[in-house]
Amino acid sequence: MTTKQPDGWSSKLGVIMAVAGSAVGLGNFLRFPGLVADKETGGGAFLIAYFISLLIVGLPICWVEWTLGRFGGTQGYNSSPGIFHAIIRKPWGKYVGLLGFIIPVGVYFYYVVIESWCLGYAWNSFSGSLDLGKEPKSYADAFAAFTGLNADGAILGLGTPFLFFIGVFILNFVIIYRGLSKGIEFICNWGMPLLIAIALILLVRVLTLGTPDPTKPELSVWNGLGYMWDPHDISKGLSNPAVWLKAASQIFFTLSVGFGVIITYASYLKKNDDVVLSGLTATAANEFCEVGLGGMITVPAAFAFLGASAVAGGTFALGFNVLPQVFAGMPYGHLFGGLFFTLLFIAAITSSLSMLQPGIAFLEEGLGLDRRGSVALLGLITAVGCTLVVYFSEGLKALSTVDFWIGDIGIFLQGTLLIYIFNFAFGTERGWTEAHHGADIRIPRIFKFIIRWVSPAFLTAIFLMFVLKNVAGWNLSFTAAAFTPTDPILDLIGGPGHPASDVARLTAFFLLLFAAFSALMIHRAGKRWDAR
Amino acid sequence: MLISVGAVTTLFVWCLVKVLTGKKNPDHLAHVEPIEAKDIDRR
Repeated sequence: MTTKQPDGWSSKLGVIMAVAGSAVGLGNFLRFPGLVADKETGGGAFLIAYFISLLIVGLPICWVEWTLGRFGGTQGYNSSPGIFHAIIRKPWGKYVGLLGFIIPVGVYFYYVVIESWCLGYAWNSFSGSLDLGKEPKSYADAFAAFTGLNADGAILGLGTPFLFFIGVFILNFVIIYRGLSKGIEFICNWGMPLLIAIALILLVRVLTLGTPDPTKPELSVWNGLGYMWDPHDISKGLSNPAVWLKAASQIFFTLSVGFGVIITYASYLKKNDDVVLSGLTATAANEFCEVGLGGMITVPAAFAFLGASAVAGGTFALGFNVLPQVFAGMPYGHLFGGLFFTLLFIAAITSSLSMLQPGIAFLEEGLGLDRRGSVALLGLITAVGCTLVVYFSEGLKALSTVDFWIGDIGIFLQGTLLIYIFNFAFGTERGWTEAHHGADIRIPRIFKFIIRWVSPAFLTAIFLMFVLKNVAGWNLSFTAAAFTPTDPILDLIGGPGHPASDVARLTAFFLLLFAAFSALMIHRAGKRWDAR
Repeated sequence: MLISVGAVTTLFVWCLVKVLTGKKNPDHLAHVEPIEAKDIDRR
């Protein structure tokens, strides 16, 4: 009888590249720049709040997740349910890990769809078919056609967008089937340096743009950098709760903490493998891509060609409407545009792979499936979820519903749970010692205080603010508080001028079914773990 | 801009150099102070 070789990382740099790959995504290049450039809540105040949040929430929870993950691995578990089962050691402990399964898998439902847009746009850009002239409506129409924005079921069939989706979906599972070192690590070891190299090429291209239209001297890349990095009124900004909420939220989402990914990735480390320097390096890599690269490329380029109004849209508008127009206006724009969307695709696939591994880990150790079985079952589950997102594409309603309830609320909840479990179930002192096993550097002692007292309080406050604002519709005013139902709520219950959305209701129902099914699997897994 | 970009770039480069050039003993327990009895978590 052959013994299955346990999965694991082949090098320290490999796990760092994998975690960095998980963290670096579209948000680094599209969402962050928009937040900094925002005239109301951006600027110097946002950056101060952002870096403070990095120090008191981002980095501490990153180290917590790496530490708990590696500990769980030494106990023989690689999935969140298993790891929390080992840490909490009570019958309900494994259910705390439910979020660590449904969050990454749930986010995958729509993330892989967006990933296929990136690949499709890269292809179209390189082939020159993304040069649609100077009319912004042409680009918006192209995006709508590619994504099925205007009608449900619009992209199903043998058309290009659906073929890109099928191809990307299959590619993810082909890679994940190869395992940790031959699959994820291999892709990230090549993908991350390539991503940075492409970003540096684009950075040089952007910084040498000068003034693209001599008849509009105010539209230059230097003015674009000034627009992006305008400090605004810092003291006014720092007293605005919305600034802190946006900054802390961005730190949280950009580092992929509370996702269920880092805890699984770290579980494949050995007891004396370093987690401190590794966690810091992965975080630093993400911040370099976000602040150092993302912050210097997209918004300045958009400003230089199209002015401030082009920057005002959201993530998708900037990435898929504005930037193709920008690239169409520059020499060899089809090449630079193709490179840009290739960069986005690499960022996306290194993230989407990380969302599958927690599911694979759980299905293997919880249900005793082999690699083929776990890939098949996870493939089936995600195929159903993705079909929902791909079919109900009108207004991207299914996508935004999953994104809000799983990708926003779920991640915040999981992150908050993590810090409390570390402090109260695992023990701060024990965790501090555990983190330093095999550590290459020492965590500054102030962080023990931060992890014990500051991170839980700050994260709880931010989470409550997030829920009050985005679910209850609070206007973030303490003196004249008002609550207006938000779109995610109105989509479910309806309201004056905003009828309930059948798609949102169906999606929410599907997510509840998925959560219930996952809980049943965890129940079954618990019996298996208790028996061993 | 220079402070933000410079800081993250410096940190990233420092970390990379440390990872690529570091070596340690396999059973090394780094930089842990002795725990006083009164600081031990009660569980």
